[in-house]
Amino acid sequence: MKNLIRSLCEAPGPSGFESGIRKLVTKEVESFADEIRTDNLGNLIVSRGKTGPESKKIMVAAHMDEIGFMVTHIEERGYIRFMPIGGVNADACIGSRVRMMNGSLGLISAERKMTGAKSQTFENMFIDLGFEDQGDWPVQVGDVATYDYRLIELGDRLVSKALDDRIGVAVLVETLRRISYDEIDLQNEVFFVFTVQEEVGLRGAAPAAFGIEPDLGFAVDVTRTGDTPKALRMSVDLGKGPAVKVRDQRLIADPRVVKWMVSAAEKNGIPYQLEVLERGSTDAGAFQLVQTGVPAGCLSIPCRYLHTPSEMVDLRDVKNAVGLMIELLTQPVSLG
Amino acid sequence: MTENGSLKISDEQVSLLERLCNASAVSGDEAEVRKIVIEEVRAVADEIKVDVLGNVLARRFGDGENRLKVMLAAHMDEVGMMVIHDEGKGIFRFKLVGGIPAHFLPAKSVAVGKNKIPGIIGAAPIHLTSAAERQNLISVDDMRLDVGPDNGEYVEIGDRVVFSTEFADHDNAVFAKALDDRIGVSILIQLLKNAPKNIDLFAAFTVQEEVGQRGASAAAFELDPDIAIVIDSTPANDQPAWDEGDDRWSGNKQYNTRIRKGPAIYIADRGTISDPRLIKHFVNTSHVEGIPFQLRQPGGGRTDAAAIHKQRSGIPSISISVPARYLHSPVSICDILDWMNTQKLIYFGLVGMPGDILAMEL
Repeated sequence: MKNLIRSLCEAPGPSGFESGIRKLVTKEVESFADEIRTDNLGNLIVSRGKTGPESKKIMVAAHMDEIGFMVTHIEERGYIRFMPIGGVNADACIGSRVRMMNGSLGLISAERKMTGAKSQTFENMFIDLGFEDQGDWPVQVGDVATYDYRLIELGDRLVSKALDDRIGVAVLVETLRRISYDEIDLQNEVFFVFTVQEEVGLRGAAPAAFGIEPDLGFAVDVTRTGDTPKALRMSVDLGKGPAVKVRDQRLIADPRVVKWMVSAAEKNGIPYQLEVLERGSTDAGAFQLVQTGVPAGCLSIPCRYLHTPSEMVDLRDVKNAVGLMIELLTQPVSLG
Repeated sequence: MTENGSLKISDEQVSLLERLCNASAVSGDEAEVRKIVIEEVRAVADEIKVDVLGNVLARRFGDGENRLKVMLAAHMDEVGMMVIHDEGKGIFRFKLVGGIPAHFLPAKSVAVGKNKIPGIIGAAPIHLTSAAERQNLISVDDMRLDVGPDNGEYVEIGDRVVFSTEFADHDNAVFAKALDDRIGVSILIQLLKNAPKNIDLFAAFTVQEEVGQRGASAAAFELDPDIAIVIDSTPANDQPAWDEGDDRWSGNKQYNTRIRKGPAIYIADRGTISDPRLIKHFVNTSHVEGIPFQLRQPGGGRTDAAAIHKQRSGIPSISISVPARYLHSPVSICDILDWMNTQKLIYFGLVGMPGDILAMEL
């Protein structure tokens, strides 16, 4: 699974520019899919399982896109002004390395801080691609870049630029793979949805759900932890199991979905944590409101240092998430 | 419009824009503009309806095989104010509707309600203010609408208020309030009158864009198009003093767009990432037809596309705007050549729109 995570994380795919990730995922899952299609906005929808009176349509969603940078202006000497794509952590930007989608490497730096300025703003920052002479620079307004860092392993902990949410994508792919290799019967019709444009406002998930009309669904995404020095208060720790979301800024998880997840974890001895996220949201917040409403929840992977070039997850949490997913999707569901 | 001459902005189109801009249509009260739109398009539309929110939806069908259903949207509403409290003797409190900076308001003539009762946003004269007071910005809560001591009875709570600016044009410059987005409305009317036959053209003249793209969402649900193109206006912050610095570091990096540089094609704003297939198509169209264009600087702002592209199973969308200076103020300026070129670019983009554009790689 580590190789899968590595290749997913190291590939670039900022919001709106997910085609490379979509190709990677397609290659990984097409042999396991009953049906596979890309919708109008670029969401990849993979279905597997059976329909029937007892079976439920379950949507599970992980977003393919990551935060990044978009060129807004190219200065006389080739310095590139940009706007962030998604909630880029400004403090973590300066000095970081980036790669344009056309392959050009570069770095982010900033103007000298003016006296009295508290922190740098994106307006003061620029990308330096090493251009020397006036002229034919291979970049134009609207081009995009992402952080450019390899994934590293620190024991069971993985560090990468785009664990948000390639780790969720990896969990979905691995779940599909395990279900197929182990020839596990799905008691439900499951739609594995790899969404676009989550980081710019949960834009892909609702249109995907509109066509599916699921009976219930959940997102698989990362969540913040409260276990670092002077962190915001949050009772989710790295390594203590996947988190069952109760609430975030856009979603009050359906209590029946929470109960469904918690009972499956307890029944199978899978460690889990309950999550209340005060700031932030996931695709579930958008797709719960589609059509006549979808009971929705979220299975979260605890992640430190979100939206920086070095996000960190614990592989044990990831594996436990896959285990829990398999239990959830293969057993008959009764929301009661 | 297939003939070259009719792609130009005719005197007729200018006077239609004049009527559109002089009409009052603050968000939620678009009736005056709606009436003009319906008069203009009734004869050419195959189907026309006003939906429950007040959007005008007009369909004009083409006649080829496998026609793409193309939604074109322009919003009828403008920013303005709403009367919220009667203090007596012709003095009223008001709130903003849509984004107007408070410092644009004091000492401006306005027109109140459907009968356009004249008024002014009061400001204390120089004789009665201290130098220190004149340094401070006045908040909207401290401003009052004044319609004259005997005229309070002509004003109702809830009445919309607009700047009472009369349309003017001089050579290639147009001066008016509400160019955002009557300029788009005028283009959409013209396109509907000259609809290309290779597509089904679904026109949506939308309501309540300025308060959060509320009409467009319902319009897109009803029209259920394959793709959508939003026609709007966007700021040009390109004044020379900002645009050219003495040294190479002081130049304007956030001009958004520039006047006379052609239609502004959107890549991304705060609400939408344009569909890459549509960006490519319109950029190609402009090269092939020799129509100037500019890529709007990615950044803030939103258009109806923000609501449309997320409707139903997703509707690939793009916005193309006419650049204009001083938007959301009592008077904006736009350039007739930019207006014409925006109209041309969208027209030729539609004529050349491949029926299978969505089959192309994202």
